[in-house]
Formats: sequence, C-alpha cells, structure tokens
Amino acid sequence: MIEGFTIAQVIVACLAGLLCVVLGLAGRRPNDLTLGALVLVEVLLLAQLVVALISPALGIHPVGSVPLFYVYLVSALLIPPLAVFWGLVERTRWSTVVLGVAAFAIAVMVVRMAQIWVD
Amino acid sequence: MMSGARNTETPEAEAPSSEAAARSIGSGVGRVLVAVYAILALAATGRSVFQIIDRFGEAPVAFVLSALAGVIYLVATIALAGRMRRLALVTISIELIGVLVVGTVSLVAPALLGLDSLDPFGRESTVWSAYGAGYLLVPLVLPVLGLLYLRGSAARPAKA
Repeated sequence: MIEGFTIAQVIVACLAGLLCVVLGLAGRRPNDLTLGALVLVEVLLLAQLVVALISPALGIHPVGSVPLFYVYLVSALLIPPLAVFWGLVERTRWSTVVLGVAAFAIAVMVVRMAQIWVD
Repeated sequence: MMSGARNTETPEAEAPSSEAAARSIGSGVGRVLVAVYAILALAATGRSVFQIIDRFGEAPVAFVLSALAGVIYLVATIALAGRMRRLALVTISIELIGVLVVGTVSLVAPALLGLDSLDPFGRESTVWSAYGAGYLLVPLVLPVLGLLYLRGSAARPAKA
C-alpha cells in the first residue's frame, strides 16, 4: 500500500460516510451525490487492489499476512456495490444512511488493511 | 445514470400522524440495523474462515467460536431483513450472551480459549475477544440496539 494514497482513501471514505449519514438523517433520498460518493469509494478500492497486485513487481512486500489482506480487500470491494444497489432499489432516507454506514465500514477496513500491510 | 427528472431532493413526505412517523423511523432504523449486521457478519465470517484455514492450531477453540459467531450474525441479518421476529430475537440474544461470556473469559482466563494473549487486534483475535474491541465494540453494542429495536417494533402494528 502507498501511505499517502491510503490516508487519502480513508479520508474520502469518512467524508462520504459523514455526507451520506447527514443527508440521510436530513431526509434526502439517495441521489447522484450520495450514490456517487460510494462509487468513488469503490473506485479507490479498485485502485488499491491494482496497487496491491503490482506491488511485489515493484519490490514492495507486505509485512503481514497477504491472504488476510486480500480477505479484507475482497470483503471491502463487495460492500459499496451492495449499498449502491440497495440505494437504487429502495430510495428512502434510510438507504442514504445505509450508504453512509457502508462508507464508514470501508474506512475502518482500509485502516485494518494498512495495519496488516505494515504489521 | 440516475434520472434527474424525479425530484430526489425533497425530504420524504411523512404522514402527519405520529404513529405513521414512528413506524417509518422504526422501519428505517431496522434497515440500518440490517446493514450493520450484514457488514459485521461479512467481516466476522471472512476473518474466521481465514483464521481456520491459515492457523487453526494456534487457537482452535477461539477460532471455532468466532466462526460460530459469524454464522449467528448471518442468521440474525436474514432474520431482521425477513422480519422473522422470533428468529431475530433468539439469534441476537445468543450473540449478546456470547459476546459477554466470551469477552469476559478472554480477559480473565484467555487460556481457556487457547489464547496466548488477550490482544483483541492480534493474530488470534476473534470477534468476541475483549467484548469485540477489535471490531470497535460493535459486537457488544449492536445486539443491545437490536433487542431494543425488536421490543419497539413489537409495540407497532406489523407493516405490510
């Protein structure tokens, strides 16, 4: 993992989480902004996947368990699409809140992945 | 992508009666609970499957307990989503007892679980170690919220 990119990713996920929870509690249904925020979180996760896959070729090796790292990454990759799907199918304020919860979960999982990488 | 014609910016129109509002909030909170349970089930099950495959010998009792917890979370998620109240009540109660009992044992007698240390973030950590500290105490707080939600939803008429 690249430290600067990882930190940026966690910040983006937290901001997306905050945005969606606040807008959801304020009564907004999922819209381009909130759904787009989760799409951005997913894109960053995919970028993280690419970085992780090419790292060994660049001479960067994780210190911790590689399989455990990928368990977290694959689990994390599943969450935003499911949350976005939920938000598209059921357009209520609570599905916006769910988008926010999903984004926060991603932030936590990325922190955990970073711990595994350098542990 | 998303239709711009539909007015998605106005707040959801709430029925004027407080009962309808309570029902709406209740069902909304229920949805958020389902989402959090689903994420926890995914995290707990994924991690424990990995631990069992990778290092089962290190703490077999703890890892099996963790896998069991993952399955219980999964069933709780499905029960809450499918409005199966009794099943939800049973599974959430089991989890609460589980996190309290295993959490306590992990702190006062970790050897009983085969754990060398009680570090909830370590190699042998499980979802109920130290009351779920390794998962931001979500395993401890969530069943309490779940039970409160179930108790609240019992007072409301069932939605279609």
